[in-house]
Amino acid sequence: MISALPQQDGLLTALLVAVNPDGLGGAVLRALSGPDRDAWLAELRQLLPAEAPFVKVPINVGFDRLLGGLDFAATVAGGKPVFSTGLLEAANGGVLCLAMAERITDSTAAIVTQALDTGGIRIERDGLAGKRETSFGVVALDEGLEPEEALSAGLGDRLAFHVSSDALAEMRDIDVGFTRDDVSRAQDRLMSIALPDAVLGVLVQTALAFGIDSVRAELLAAEAARTAAALLGKTRVDEEDAALGARLVFSSRATRLPAEQPPEEAPPERPENERSDSDPDNDPDSEPQLSGEMPDELVVDAVRAAIPEGLLEMLADGSANRQTASGGRSPMKTKSRRRGRPIGVKASTDLGSSRLNLLATLKAAAPWQTLRGRERAAASTPADAPRLELRREDLHVSRYQDNVETSTIFVVDASGSQAAQRLAEVKGAIELLLNDCYVRRDQVALIAFRGDAAETLLPPTRALARVKRSLASLPGGGATPLANGLDAARELASSVVRQGRVPVVVLLTDGRANVARDGAQGADAATVDALAAARLLRAEGLKALLVDTSRRPRPRARELAAAMGAHYVPLPFADAASISATVQRNVA
Amino acid sequence: MFPFSAIVAQDGMKQALMIAAVDRSIGGVLLFGDRGTGKSTAIRALASLLPKMRAVTGCPFNADPDLDHCSCDRCSDPKRKSRLVQVPVVDLPLGVTEDRVVGALDIERALVQGEKSFDPGLLARANRGFLYIDEVNLLEDHIVDLLLDVAASGENLVEREGLSVRHPARFVLVGSGNPEEGELRPQLIDRFGLTVEVKTSTDVKSRVEVIKRRDVYERDPKTFGKKWSRADGTLRRRIVKARERLDAVVLGDEILLKSAEICMALGTDGSRGELTLMRAARAHAALDGAESVSFEHLRKVAPMALSHRMRRNPLDDSSASARVERVLEQEL
Repeated sequence: MISALPQQDGLLTALLVAVNPDGLGGAVLRALSGPDRDAWLAELRQLLPAEAPFVKVPINVGFDRLLGGLDFAATVAGGKPVFSTGLLEAANGGVLCLAMAERITDSTAAIVTQALDTGGIRIERDGLAGKRETSFGVVALDEGLEPEEALSAGLGDRLAFHVSSDALAEMRDIDVGFTRDDVSRAQDRLMSIALPDAVLGVLVQTALAFGIDSVRAELLAAEAARTAAALLGKTRVDEEDAALGARLVFSSRATRLPAEQPPEEAPPERPENERSDSDPDNDPDSEPQLSGEMPDELVVDAVRAAIPEGLLEMLADGSANRQTASGGRSPMKTKSRRRGRPIGVKASTDLGSSRLNLLATLKAAAPWQTLRGRERAAASTPADAPRLELRREDLHVSRYQDNVETSTIFVVDASGSQAAQRLAEVKGAIELLLNDCYVRRDQVALIAFRGDAAETLLPPTRALARVKRSLASLPGGGATPLANGLDAARELASSVVRQGRVPVVVLLTDGRANVARDGAQGADAATVDALAAARLLRAEGLKALLVDTSRRPRPRARELAAAMGAHYVPLPFADAASISATVQRNVA
Repeated sequence: MFPFSAIVAQDGMKQALMIAAVDRSIGGVLLFGDRGTGKSTAIRALASLLPKMRAVTGCPFNADPDLDHCSCDRCSDPKRKSRLVQVPVVDLPLGVTEDRVVGALDIERALVQGEKSFDPGLLARANRGFLYIDEVNLLEDHIVDLLLDVAASGENLVEREGLSVRHPARFVLVGSGNPEEGELRPQLIDRFGLTVEVKTSTDVKSRVEVIKRRDVYERDPKTFGKKWSRADGTLRRRIVKARERLDAVVLGDEILLKSAEICMALGTDGSRGELTLMRAARAHAALDGAESVSFEHLRKVAPMALSHRMRRNPLDDSSASARVERVLEQEL
């Protein structure tokens, strides 16, 4: 019997997933493709039982492949509908590996999520209705670089381990110390391992102390602890296992550090009435069978030590986004990135570049087969004619509608040349525009520049109330680093483009730059830099709009607009409706 | 299936589902909120709580032998038989295709026998039952369009591939989702009678209980189901009794007046809010075994009946239920 698990989280997670893929949900590997990631995958495959499938899902997978669908070739050959098995069903008993997981659509993620939750899939497609059992673990290969490029939060919530590239690098050339046989022995033991209430209590308290909302995190930590115990040949989960489970599962999900404050002082957004809503027998007064007020120190320390440094800093100064930390993706990114959705089928004798809709075509052809067969017999066509006869008029194509989502980036000049009153007017104009963005379900981002720097106050979000708040608290005054503001806008815009959205830059300024890119004061250098930055925006082909906020429209701002290829609108005439119309024109 | 009564806490969610089971005319329930709060579990578990119903044997639309005028072969047969069946709770899975929702040409019969015949879809199966959409905000728009129309008319009209079929499709919509994952169309939200925002409990004891029960269930679902079958039975009898009593529950003038005032103060759109509020309060009273609706009943159901019917202000992010609570504080 082996007495110690591997020290490296990379190896450890691969080992645990190999033993208990469906119980743990699986793992997110947040790293670029490379030898380290390959090594983790190789380790997993080498530990998984030989017969366990390892199914790779490409990024552009359609529902028909995921769930199964009509097999056209076999259908035509057999003269009756034949359905092919989907990838989710093929992964039964093994692992489903999602490539480029940060880019899969929310619908794809939700289908995988439902399969994980229910241990099966429901198919209602193309004339096939059915339920198939399938249970598997997911390995999500998340190559996102920025925090907002990440796996769908719902799916991330169900995968026990979030493995960083550092953890992957750490396991280089180290032997896991377990064999496939050890893994299957652990699997046999898994169900018989006891999970004492006290250990569960510790896990729950630890999760609460780290501000983790989802009960699923505790379930997964308990499952990880149990799996570790199984590998070590124990009969019950002990504190050490709990610490291991908590460390691996909680460290990436923490939203705050266990402060000196008692866990009762939960985040403020929790309504007071919740307690009264819960079971009467959950009265906090009747609680104390559990191991005390504060979570177990050993477990807390294990988690604390494992929290990645960047997250730790954010947690320390309280700036960590609750949602990002708890699920992997912040709320503003969760809307599906639709590239176009099918909006139906139409009969078409000309395929052109359209996509043939097999089902519709077959269905159109189907009723006529007997008839056509008779015609064929009458015309004494050779006997080896196809059993399914398709004619030109049967052809149907799918119709798609492009559904491009827009992110409006407001770049606000908050410098001193914008007198306080003007700034208030600008804020008012933006607020009016926000309503419009709401109607179009646009995302909105906010950049402000003043003094010597530009600051991204809000990355693209759909939470317009946050935009309003951050706008309201935006102070004015200081010099005008216009070039910096434009550069910041360009950077943000390119990240929006990378996510498949269309950015629109709305710059609100009087165009009077007086701080150059290098921070030097002086209008001349600053203007040169600003124009250069503006031309870069234009070179990227970004759609832009400049709202001139000076009291009387000046050529300066107009020149700037020309340099950045922006529509020019002077504020005195820029009521929300006209700006909105201009934005719309730019998008269309 | 995880038993309904084994779900820890989350009383608001359970209450809303039971109210919807007592009075179908309220319209369905939409559960939204935090991940991992057992939304789907509760809805899937609802099926076993529902008392059985009588339906014509073999009718694809579960027609009621006494009330429905169904034109299918089985119902047209003078020697038709009927039997007690489970009330259907039909899953509308993501990735569903249009033909499976509304029904379409039976492709197998067409291919093999060269016959045109109608293969009923999910809407047919859900007739007189519940239609459940998990991740409702991810449902594709063209499927939503189909649902909106049928949910309003209670009838599914299929005109495709040379078929012309009309069949009853009266179902209660039940949905769950996470608003962070996409907005719902207002028309779709309106089809739901009640909405409940489900939150994670921060109470250690109940969280431990959640995990323990999950764990026991997953190791041995059968034994677990047996252990909770009595509790489920009690709930089922409560639903049956409440249904019987429903019409006899008194709705006093002062209750009607108060619900009108609450709706006015909240600025809810249309009279559907008031109607839903009254019906939900009555069903709640019936479940409680009360003879008449009290202010307390009204208060309990007002957030679930009204929070999704207020005009949305995109710039005010205080939650809808908080706004309802504020008004209730003043009015009651």
